[in-house]
Amino acid sequence: MINSSLKQLGAMLQAKQISSVEMTREFFKRIDQQNPDINAYITLDQDKSLAQAAAADARIAQGKAELLTGIPIAQKDIFVAKGWKTTCGSKMLANFTGPYDAGVIERFDAAGAVNLGKTNMDEFAMGSSNETSYFGGVKNPWDRSRVPGGSSGGSAAAVAARLCAAATGTDTGGSIRQPASLCGFSGLKPTYGLVSRYGMIAFASSLDQAGPMAKSCEDMALMMNVMTGFDERDSTSLDRAKEDYTLDLNKPLAGLKVGLPKEYFAEGLDGSVGKVVQEAIAEYRKLGAEMVEISLPNTNLSIPVYYVLAPAEASSNLSRYDGVRYGHRAAEYTDLMDMYCKSRAEGFGDEVKRRILIGTYVLSAGYYDAYYLKAQQIRRLIANDFTEAFKKCDIIMGPTAPSTAFKAGEKADDPVSMYLQDIYTIAVNLAGLPGMSIPAGFATGSDGKALPVGLQVIGNYFDEARMLNVGHAYQQVTDWHTRMPEGIA
Amino acid sequence: MEWEVVIGLETHTQLQTKSKIFSGASTAFGAEPNTQACEVSIALPGVLPVLNKEAVKCAIKFGLAVNAEIAPRSVFARKNYFYPDLPKGYQISQYELPVVGKGSFTIQVGDQEKVVRITRAHLEEDAGKSLHGDFEGMTGIDLNRAGTPLLEIVTEPDMRSAAEAVAYAKKLHELVQWIGICDGNMQEGSFRCDVNVSVRPKGSDKLGTRREIKNLNSFKFMQQAIEYETRWQIETLEDGGTIHQATVLFNPDTGETRAMRSKEEANDYRYFPDPDLLPLAITEQDISKVKAELPELPTAMKVRFEQDYALSSYDASALTASMAMADYFSNLVTELLKSGIGTLKSSEYPTAEAYAGKLAANWLMGSISAKLNEENKDISACPVSAMTLAGLLKRIADNTISSKIAKEVFDAMWAGEGEADSIIDKKGLKQVTDNGAIEAIVDEVLATNAAMVAEVKAGKEKAFNGLVGQVMKASKGKANPAQVNEILKKKLS
Repeated sequence: MINSSLKQLGAMLQAKQISSVEMTREFFKRIDQQNPDINAYITLDQDKSLAQAAAADARIAQGKAELLTGIPIAQKDIFVAKGWKTTCGSKMLANFTGPYDAGVIERFDAAGAVNLGKTNMDEFAMGSSNETSYFGGVKNPWDRSRVPGGSSGGSAAAVAARLCAAATGTDTGGSIRQPASLCGFSGLKPTYGLVSRYGMIAFASSLDQAGPMAKSCEDMALMMNVMTGFDERDSTSLDRAKEDYTLDLNKPLAGLKVGLPKEYFAEGLDGSVGKVVQEAIAEYRKLGAEMVEISLPNTNLSIPVYYVLAPAEASSNLSRYDGVRYGHRAAEYTDLMDMYCKSRAEGFGDEVKRRILIGTYVLSAGYYDAYYLKAQQIRRLIANDFTEAFKKCDIIMGPTAPSTAFKAGEKADDPVSMYLQDIYTIAVNLAGLPGMSIPAGFATGSDGKALPVGLQVIGNYFDEARMLNVGHAYQQVTDWHTRMPEGIA
Repeated sequence: MEWEVVIGLETHTQLQTKSKIFSGASTAFGAEPNTQACEVSIALPGVLPVLNKEAVKCAIKFGLAVNAEIAPRSVFARKNYFYPDLPKGYQISQYELPVVGKGSFTIQVGDQEKVVRITRAHLEEDAGKSLHGDFEGMTGIDLNRAGTPLLEIVTEPDMRSAAEAVAYAKKLHELVQWIGICDGNMQEGSFRCDVNVSVRPKGSDKLGTRREIKNLNSFKFMQQAIEYETRWQIETLEDGGTIHQATVLFNPDTGETRAMRSKEEANDYRYFPDPDLLPLAITEQDISKVKAELPELPTAMKVRFEQDYALSSYDASALTASMAMADYFSNLVTELLKSGIGTLKSSEYPTAEAYAGKLAANWLMGSISAKLNEENKDISACPVSAMTLAGLLKRIADNTISSKIAKEVFDAMWAGEGEADSIIDKKGLKQVTDNGAIEAIVDEVLATNAAMVAEVKAGKEKAFNGLVGQVMKASKGKANPAQVNEILKKKLS
């Protein structure tokens, strides 16, 4: 069961081979065994999950089931869910219980999916290793001395270790794709505006986007059918006709023009990772795709631009955590300013503070033009790079991350090296484009351990159906996506 | 040295929308604290702002009313600062690109018209309220007001006296109510003014250092505050001191302004475009749609009154001071013209309209205004309707009653005793126009006032008027004065 697709799980439920309650219990059994070590979940609430499962069973009995009805899905702890502790990986919100449902949560609830629990993440989604979580790091199921990537590290480990049928994540600079690459499964960041941000705790509003993390592109298509859609409560949500992402899954790839950005295969890419990516590209040639070299000349500017814009927005987004209305408040303080300072000093971790400081600095009088405004201009150039590239190709491929999973603690004290983890993913967020990572094989590191490598697929705006088609075709002729880490059965 | 004061205003007008500017929470005033604070108002994690289209409509209405540029694209920005009644830690406002740009606004100061230039008007959200008095040693926070839509209207430093500033504020106050974007309730804070005051030697074209008087919520206080502040600045400079830029508060009890505790460092608000909101796009179509809904504006109506009814600028300005006043006037004139009243005295006025207009204006700005003032009432609460008043004016014009008797009838109408005709009937106030009846009274008066008759014959004009008075008195005011004059003259010649 644990390696079954969402479609298979749905079929089992609707054929009443297994009830949703039984399926949910089965996952809890696995969670009980694995989670104490892996630490993928921050909050589990069996009573709540099982009540949802029972309701799903009733719905199935009435013949009103949808595809995901009764299937246990893990939710990143960035989504506010009514009655669920919602921490965003921070001490600041360690005592915060959601009083309402995020748009994404509502949609899964309406589809009858079971919320299996809230997954671990980097604090306020700031990190690429899940090490900034107030609730502790998450272990990579492929090698428990290594990180799962971040910020959606808990969801990543949960999918990789089959501690859920699928999970949600959010991606501001690579937070779905990089962990998908490091943990060997499929993750998709949709076009900005496709999934509602309502109730998704903001990190950098102009970049944040939620998406599916699952075992296959077919699973992701089913997740996308639930997650996407206009939400009038989010002004950046796009009001467009709803799509069925499963329709194009089986289209032939013959004639597909794939752009390979030369900047993505240059210095900085781990050789063994590059080799795996080239092999995947060779596979696509066999499927009839045509390769075109393209250039994204401003790639090297994407990280500096991101580390101006994202902290700027974050510094303002995180101002509401002041200890006045909810969240952590210092026990003792002398006056208002002291309460603010102590509450925030105690409630936020180092990485969050670092970004608040950077963001405050770049928005300050006298620096705004040189940093924030400049970065916005370059952001437009980066988006233009893609517009130009898509004149020459239908889709872009390259590595998701420059290396395989690194050791816990290895980069924790070296923020810049950590930031470079997102060198291939960040530009996609800056341009608002959809990006996807699918498992493409394994690279053997210096210690002889085989670790997963992801292939990144970047599409034009709203081209998710084609991307999923491209991924699905590959997953029909390869089995990387079905591989499971040892020791999780 | 002669000094000149230079004044500019920033006015926060609370827009009359049912819900808040970025959420569906109600904006009604006076609810229990925090009962109108939804998840957006209290800035829970994950919530997002959604712009209220009605607030935008209000801004467009205002832009049209002051002939301003309405930006096809304006941007909401975050103004970042920490305060407990600012739940997000930033206020959503407009900074570099406001929705309403340069415009102008004509005010009336005494007999003079003056143009005040509008610099800009922008949309923003109000903060909540800090309640310092209610909890011992603690401050209460009420977020009902947080997110209430405001239009901040900024002028150029165009005013040169407290009177001009107050005239502008009053006119603006009427305008925002006229176009239906603000209820104008100053007590509840719906209309709050910040006044920038500086002084300079008369003739200088350099602006002095300004001090900003914050949050004035009555015209009386505004007048007092500006006068005090102006005096203080002049005295300070004349004593060799310098003015430092500051924010000051007016204390109505002492009549003085005082600088707020100056912060050690200036606030850096770190404005940047709010990534949660798209730029606000306004099309020509949007504007024409709002234009179609806009009532005739006071400036246009004033010009029309001047032309149609041959009114002075002063009268026309007073009659268009509020929509209720203008409505009353229009109804009254229409009623008078309908009854054909103007034709009776058209020789004294170029047109029937001019006569009806002057008669209506005199009564409105005379007896009606006096009574309203006396009772501290607004024209909208006037107990005598335009229709009822017209009934009275008709009887003056057709000589049924004299102007003097009219006062008595008016008082009775004010007291709710009914329509003019029934009051005249009931009280027997109808003017005596029968020559024979008047002659009889005249004869009687002449007989009993021989001394005065002798004086008249000796050429004393005053004595003649005395005789008229006696006749009127004898007729209890009901004799037609013109006829009395005529008969008396005849008899004494």
